[in-house]
Amino acid sequence: MTDKALSIDHVLKDRGKTRVLDDITLSLAPGQRVALLGHNGAGKSTLIKSILGLTPIHGGAIRIGDATPGSAQARRETAYLPEAVSFHPALTGREQLTLFAQLSGAKADVSGLLDRVGLSDALDRRIGTYSKGMRQRLGLAQVLLGQPKVALLDEPTSGLDPISRQDLYAIIDELAAQGTAVLIASHALTEVEARTDRIAIMRKGQMVADDTLNNLSALAGLPIRLKVRASANPDLLAAELGGSRINGASVELLCTPEDKMEALRRIAGLGDAVADVEMTPPKLEDLYRHYAQEDLQ
Amino acid sequence: MTRFLAITRTEMLILRRNRWLLVATLIMVLFALALTFAGSAPTGTLGVDMLTVSVASMTTLSVYLAPLLALMIAFDAIAGDVDRGSLSLLLSYPAGRGEILLGKFTAHLAALAFAMTIGFGTAGAVATFFGGAGPDSLIALARLILTSILLGAVFLALGYLLSALAKGATAAAGLSAGLWLVFVVLYDLGLLGAVVMDKGGTFTQSVFPWVMVANPADAFRLWNIAATEGVAMASGMTGAAQALPVWAAPVSLLIWPVIGFALARIAFRRVEP
Repeated sequence: MTDKALSIDHVLKDRGKTRVLDDITLSLAPGQRVALLGHNGAGKSTLIKSILGLTPIHGGAIRIGDATPGSAQARRETAYLPEAVSFHPALTGREQLTLFAQLSGAKADVSGLLDRVGLSDALDRRIGTYSKGMRQRLGLAQVLLGQPKVALLDEPTSGLDPISRQDLYAIIDELAAQGTAVLIASHALTEVEARTDRIAIMRKGQMVADDTLNNLSALAGLPIRLKVRASANPDLLAAELGGSRINGASVELLCTPEDKMEALRRIAGLGDAVADVEMTPPKLEDLYRHYAQEDLQ
Repeated sequence: MTRFLAITRTEMLILRRNRWLLVATLIMVLFALALTFAGSAPTGTLGVDMLTVSVASMTTLSVYLAPLLALMIAFDAIAGDVDRGSLSLLLSYPAGRGEILLGKFTAHLAALAFAMTIGFGTAGAVATFFGGAGPDSLIALARLILTSILLGAVFLALGYLLSALAKGATAAAGLSAGLWLVFVVLYDLGLLGAVVMDKGGTFTQSVFPWVMVANPADAFRLWNIAATEGVAMASGMTGAAQALPVWAAPVSLLIWPVIGFALARIAFRRVEP
């Protein structure tokens, strides 16, 4: 027995002479939401297909609960949303989802699920008439079938408008709340930032980071940005604090997380000379750039 | 175990929805009727009833049409799903690849059977009405329908094989056209050339009939012709049929779908969506 919903252990995969997955280790506990980030071709989709047993691996091991990828049990317990999914255009949304329900063996409330993803008006229309976002929603509806142990979502936000994205993350939260481990391969960094428990970053087939956003920032040692607005004389302020002048009235300081309080105390000590302080912790975008491009600088 | 039936149901829905079933049935009815009326002239000369002549003409028709209709559905079966990106999703469900293939095969074969039965059945009924039919010619008609379905099954399976091997549905369609041309046209032309070159030697006497019956399309023709004297007479093709044991053509036509399906299954296993 294992308490992990998904464990990936030193996985290797070669395609021709290139190593597309190089010693990948990652595990998800039940109910955990993990973002899998990386450039195109970093190996995200390959990793997901390996988890599904759709493509063989050449070393290491993957377990979904206790089951091996591709086994009947594993396929019952995983849900998958392919990147830019499409379906047969001649079927209606209801027919397509009914097929999936029958294949999964789950008792499903098909129209309820389609309603949940906002397709209740289109459920008896042909998929050929659906927009890209609607097809994506239909794909999402089939993820909700049964109670999967693991859900693998490959670029789930592609083609969705901002409101649909909010819905998507609400659905992901629901899945997590019922104990499903959710792995989200994504490019939409800002959304992932707020909506996941952990972040894993892949680069050229290697896992270069796997931690919470806070720990990753600490590890990367990316500076916190302090923007101090002077009430009267910004030059004096810059000289006092040692930062650099930006625009008319402000000074920008960079400091490490450890020095943050010290810097704030010094700013507070300046009294009336400071009109305002703005603090920006490193964004996921900065972190992503740091980890995903480390050796490209 | 009932999962393949879910696939079957969906595939049937698709064939009905995209009008394939309607068009295929219409084509069968029109061609069968046209041949029955056009071919009704030699009835008196040969001393056989109109249905017998009609079956002989429709046998020739079916050699071309049954493989064509089968390949027209089959080429898209795997490659189309790969193109749409829905195969990876389908394979992430508990249904195995064998079940998926079996489900599609069942649906496609049922559709073919429907088109064949309606098409040949209509023509047979018309021929019987105008020219009369005997028990022999009715059996010949039933045999024609059943063997046409078997011939369709062969080319469905071969179509899946190509669909699994091809990179994309367009390539699969091209390969299917090539396959049709080879089995239905070029194979016979090649054999004909060989027979002419051989000038009635050993090849023509003993090898040629076996090479011929190895092709499912020819096995279909031979089975229908050898079984009924009247049909053989009407089609003027008795030589090759007499050189072979009675079981040769049925065995060939029955084994081909099994081999084809097994090959398609193996090729499908290697498909990485």
